[in-house]
Parts: sequence; C-alpha cells; structure tokens
Amino acid sequence: MPDQTPDRIPDRSVLLDHVSIRFGNFTAVDNANLKINSGEFFSFLGPSGCGKTTMLRCISGFSEPTEGKVLIGGKDMAGVGPNKRPTALIFQHLALFPLMTVAENIAFPLEVRGVSKKERRKKADELLDMIALPGIGDKKVSELSGGQKQRVAIARALAVEPDILLLDEPLSALDLKLRQHMRTELRAIQKQVGVTFIYITHDQGEALTMSDRVAVMSRGVIEQVGEPDRIYNRPRSAFVASFVGENNALQGVIKGQSGDLAALETPMGTFEARVGGGRKYKAGDEALLFVRPEQLIPCATENTFQATLSRQEFEGATNHVFAKAGDTELRISMVNAGLAGSLPGQGESLSLGFAPMNGTILPVGHMASES
Amino acid sequence: MSRHTLFGGAYALAFFAFLFGPLVIMATTAFNSSRFPRVAPWECFTTGWFGELFGNARLMEGLMNSVIIGVGVVALAVPIGLAGALALSELPPKLRSMLYTVLILPILIPGVVLGISTIVLWGQITRGTGAGFLYNGYFLTIVGQITFVSAYAMLVFIARLQRFDATQTEAALDLGATPGQAFRKILLPFMAPAIGSAAFITLLASFENYNTTVFTVLSESTFTTALASKVRHGTDPSLSALAVIIITLTLVGALTNEAYQRRKEAEAGGRASRSPLYANPVTRALTHPGIVFAILVTAIGGITYAGSQYDSSVCEAAVLQEKLDRQEELRAEQRARIEAQEAEQGVTVPKPDSAFGGAFGGVGTPAAPAAPKPESPSAFGGAFGGITAPKTEE
Repeated sequence: MPDQTPDRIPDRSVLLDHVSIRFGNFTAVDNANLKINSGEFFSFLGPSGCGKTTMLRCISGFSEPTEGKVLIGGKDMAGVGPNKRPTALIFQHLALFPLMTVAENIAFPLEVRGVSKKERRKKADELLDMIALPGIGDKKVSELSGGQKQRVAIARALAVEPDILLLDEPLSALDLKLRQHMRTELRAIQKQVGVTFIYITHDQGEALTMSDRVAVMSRGVIEQVGEPDRIYNRPRSAFVASFVGENNALQGVIKGQSGDLAALETPMGTFEARVGGGRKYKAGDEALLFVRPEQLIPCATENTFQATLSRQEFEGATNHVFAKAGDTELRISMVNAGLAGSLPGQGESLSLGFAPMNGTILPVGHMASES
Repeated sequence: MSRHTLFGGAYALAFFAFLFGPLVIMATTAFNSSRFPRVAPWECFTTGWFGELFGNARLMEGLMNSVIIGVGVVALAVPIGLAGALALSELPPKLRSMLYTVLILPILIPGVVLGISTIVLWGQITRGTGAGFLYNGYFLTIVGQITFVSAYAMLVFIARLQRFDATQTEAALDLGATPGQAFRKILLPFMAPAIGSAAFITLLASFENYNTTVFTVLSESTFTTALASKVRHGTDPSLSALAVIIITLTLVGALTNEAYQRRKEAEAGGRASRSPLYANPVTRALTHPGIVFAILVTAIGGITYAGSQYDSSVCEAAVLQEKLDRQEELRAEQRARIEAQEAEQGVTVPKPDSAFGGAFGGVGTPAAPAAPKPESPSAFGGAFGGITAPKTEE
C-alpha cells in the first residue's frame, strides 16, 4: 500500500457510488449506492438472481460497472483488474487448485508475486496454524473434508493480506452442522485479521447471525441496508418484510395516520400499526400490514380479531399454528410451553391480536416469492 | 454350462479371432523363410526378414522423413489445436458452433483434395514471393497435414476443456496472477494429459497419412508412401517383420500405460494400503510402471539379440535341397514312364509341348540333372523353380 502513514489503520472501506451494471437490456444492479466501512462484516442478502453475485464480481474487478464508480480505500477502481485490486474472493465452490498441494494452494498468491520458495512455505505454515489445520500442507486438496477445504480457501485468500475479503456463498455446499460451525469460525477469523468481509448469501440465517450490517437486494435493487435486528424488526419495503423471516401480510386501505401510527382497514377489521420507513400516507391509500408470526399472540388486548385454527406443524421448540380469519390464513408461532402448557386443538376458535408497534405498514410492492 | 454361455463363449472367440487373427497370421509369416508371406507350408524359422527390412534403403529413408515430418506436424498442430479449443471455449454459443464447423471441416474434406490444394496454393505462393526453397516435400507435407491434424488435436483439447472449471482461472487472477501466469500455472498443468495424448494422436495421424501425403511429398517419400509403393510391386515377409515391430511397440506402450494407470488409481483411491500387491515392497517395486517398462525392454532386447544370432541358412539349404531332390525324383519318374511307353508301342511318341505336360519341370531336359540355379530370382521361391530353371540354361 503506497504512502500510508504507519500510525493510521489502512482504509479498508468500499464505496459503491451510484453503481449500475447492465447486460444488454437486463439491469443486474440498479443504482447501488452504499458505503461498506473498514473492518466491517457486511452481507448482501437476496434470492438467487437478485444481482448480488454481479455486485461481488464488480467489486472484485471481474466486471466493470456500466455506470457509477467503485472505490476501494478511497481509490477509484475503474480499469484496475482483479489481480491488481486489494481484494480476495472466495468462490462458491472454492476453486482450490486440484493439482497443487494444500501448501502450494495457500502460497499461490505469493508464488505469482515472486516470493522465494522457503518464505512461501513459512507463510503457508503460519496460515495453516491460523486456521487450526497445522501439518496438512503436503496433503492433496482432494484428501480434505468440506470444512477443511473451506478453511484452506480462506487461508489462501488471506495469504496476500487483502484489504477486502469477498465471499460468494462459500458455506452453501456444507451440511447444516458444519455450516453453523463455520459461521462462528468465519466471524472469529474476521475479528482476528480485521479485514473487511463482504459476504454474499441467500441464507438469511447466515446473514443475520454473522454480519455487522446487511444489505437486502431484490431484482438488482438494494432494498434496505442496516443492522440485522433493524432489518428484521423495521423492514422498509414489502420485499424485505416478506423475505427476511416469516411474516403475515394483510392488504388494506389507510384510514388515517397520526405520527408513527396509522390505521388500516382490512377485510378482518381495522388495525392500528407502526408506519414503516417514516412514510406519510393519505386516507384511501392502499397499503400492506405485516405482522410476524411470533408477535401474533392469543391474549392480546389491542388489534384483536377472531380466527379458527386450521392446522398446525409441530417443530419441537416452536409450534407453527395456521389459523383462518375470513379468507386469510395466518401463521402463528407459539413457544412450546411443555407439558405444563396446552396446545390449542383443531377447529378451535382463537382470539388473536398484536401490539401496534409490532405491526408494520408498508407500501404495496413485490414480495418474496414462496419457495 | 448353459447354452447361453456356450454361445456367448463361441461368439467371443469368433469375435477375437476376427479382430486379432490377421495380426497373428501376419506376425507368424515374419518368421517363415518362405519368400511369399505364408504360414503353411512352414519352411524354416528365420529372423532374416528383419534384416531385410532394415536393409531396405527406400523404406529407411522414408522412415526418417516420416519422423521429421511427424515432429514438425506435432510441434505446429498441437499449439494450433490448443489455441482453437481455447478460442471456442471463450466464444458465445452462436459463434462457437459456427467456428467449430469451420475448424472441423478439414477432417471431412477428402485427403486427396487437401493434398492437391496444398500443392496448388503453395506453388502459387512460393512462386509469387520468390520463396521457392519452401516448395519441397517436407514443408508441403507438414502444412498439408496440419490443416486436418490440428483439428484432431483440437477435439482432444475441447474434451478436456469441458471439464475445466473456469473459476480456477478467475481464482488465480483474483489472487494476483497475471493472465499469463494463470495460463501457465493453472490451465496448462490441467491440460498436460491432453497435450500428451494430442501429441501422440497427431504424430500417429501424420505418420500413417497417405492420401494427402502422397501428393504433397513430391519426389520424396515417407514411410507410408514407400511402403505403399513396395506393396504394389509385390509383397514379401519383411512387411510382416515390420508389423511385428509395430505390434511389439504398441504392446509395450499399452502395458506400461496400464501399469501406470492402475498404480495411479490405486494410490488415489486409497486401495494402495489394502492391496497385498502394493503392500509388499518387492511386488510394489515390480509393479512400478518404470520397472514394468524396463523388464519389457530387457526381454525384447534379449529376444532380439538371440534372434539376430540365429542362423537359419542350414535349414534353408536343407529345404532347398529337399525341393531339388523332389524335382529330380519327378523327372526320373517321367523319364521312366516315357521309356516304358516307347518300349510298349515301339514308336516314338512326340514329346509333350506344354510345360505342364508332366510334373513341373519335367520338360524333357535330361541334360540337367541337378542343374537349377540354387537361388531362384522368382518371388515364388523354389517351389516352381523347375519351370524356369531349364529355360535359363538354354
């Protein structure tokens, strides 16, 4: 890194300045505008085809933005190839080199920079220690397990001490247990090396548990950027509300708004709820009301209505209850109270409700498709 | 044994006989001293045809030319094929299928056409530019063969490239490699086996090509064209000797390769530790492809040396003597018959005109008791020697 004062931490931020990426008539990324802070664990979350991988390739230098600029560490990256950027990418299928040993894989970035063989080996062993796999340097890549390959790929990416580490759904090929373990591990490695991590995933569990901040993307548009709890509790668009976590959506017409709260008339009755994104509505506007299944509770005093239990799915800790109110089927999550509690029976009538702060009124927009 | 397995066994036997029968017969004729390649009647075991083969100046010169041309073709066709395959893998699908057709076309065009067009085109070019020294058999054959041989190489590379994960190159670039480094350190090592097989296939294709070469080689000759002209003038067992050499080389190559593949598979699959063959240090060393190759080469070298020391002249002389004796015997018989007839009828019966009137060679030449020349110039050996021998004396 040229002329940096030694007492300053290197600037490892990424700035997307009105970035649009188009392929012919297709807009893969539409006017993305955000700053990823130095040393942050930042995730792009979205369904497949939302443009998150295109975004990643644009940051790593495999494609150039059609419009706008990508700045890494404050420097414009236009015309800078992937091999000249201070970024390292971990591919979805890792792209370890099968013809090389583990140590040769890890030392590859050093080899192409002309580092001597002895020094390469030393650095590779250091990195193997860091990922807690000492002594496997002479193994072939094919002899490693999935989790080991994962860690070797991370070590290889970190060998040249990049400022930005980009990860393209690297955990998607692992089984559930290992995936959960690797989440913790990735987070720990990130804290240890202090490199900015940009993580791409369609798995909201991964995005919410690991990230400092999350950007939710849909159809090339960044719908919302924020801390995981804000994304979950304060969605700003119908897509975010329906994509992140489970949600019940009720369509209705605004009756009136006062400050943060508005009244919405739906076929099931008129409900009072918080207005998402600080928007202003006029009476008569069409809007959507979102209520989380775990926030629809049987003994509520506000926003109450009657529903009939239609079916339930038992999943250990939680019991997913589906209740019909009119034509709408609502999803309710009930904590398993054990043998001391009791579960409602089939066809039973329930009195449900939710606190106004727990309902979110959002403008009508496209929703995450059911999968 | 059920009828099915009986039929199946018989069918398999017939199938293998059909496949390998000709090779076995041909290889056998290489060791029969008969001047015409045949198995029966067996005359003498000989290794002389190998000597005859290597003594054939025209064939040996052709072999040398073939090697020069083959090396030239491999050196040019393999890079061209690789470049073509890489270009195809980079192109969008529509353009790719078009370029693919264009590149494959030379394989479909008859070799004769390629040969003639090569001469015509390069004749024009060399005359037009004053580069007349290029208008020779070597250069024309190399450029003529490359037009279609590089397409073979390309097909080999395409097959290998389809299994290449393009993100490997991207990963290398992302990790700081220049495009050249990514090519040398990632793609080329991956393509190495394909480069080996492409080189082998192009060498064979160049070596055995006749249709194109026969035109482009002009006044020179390659091994194949020399062989073809030799066959046209009558075959002899030295070609069988050549077949034996080729079959041997192929077998050595195949066995060594098999040993190599099995060992690689066993090591990759972790079977190495389980198989007793690989556990024992002696058998482990013995199954090493290098050792297998060395054993085969030593065995063949020993057999070759033994064969070169073998002298079949005694046997051949005996066979020749046997033939002459038989001839003499037939003559004596005929003479006796004629005398008997004359004595019976008391008249002189005119001698039969035809050479085939009696037994072979019995054309009433009593003057030549053991006369026929010991070495018959005929390709048919001494069997019919009696017909020509008396005539040459007249």
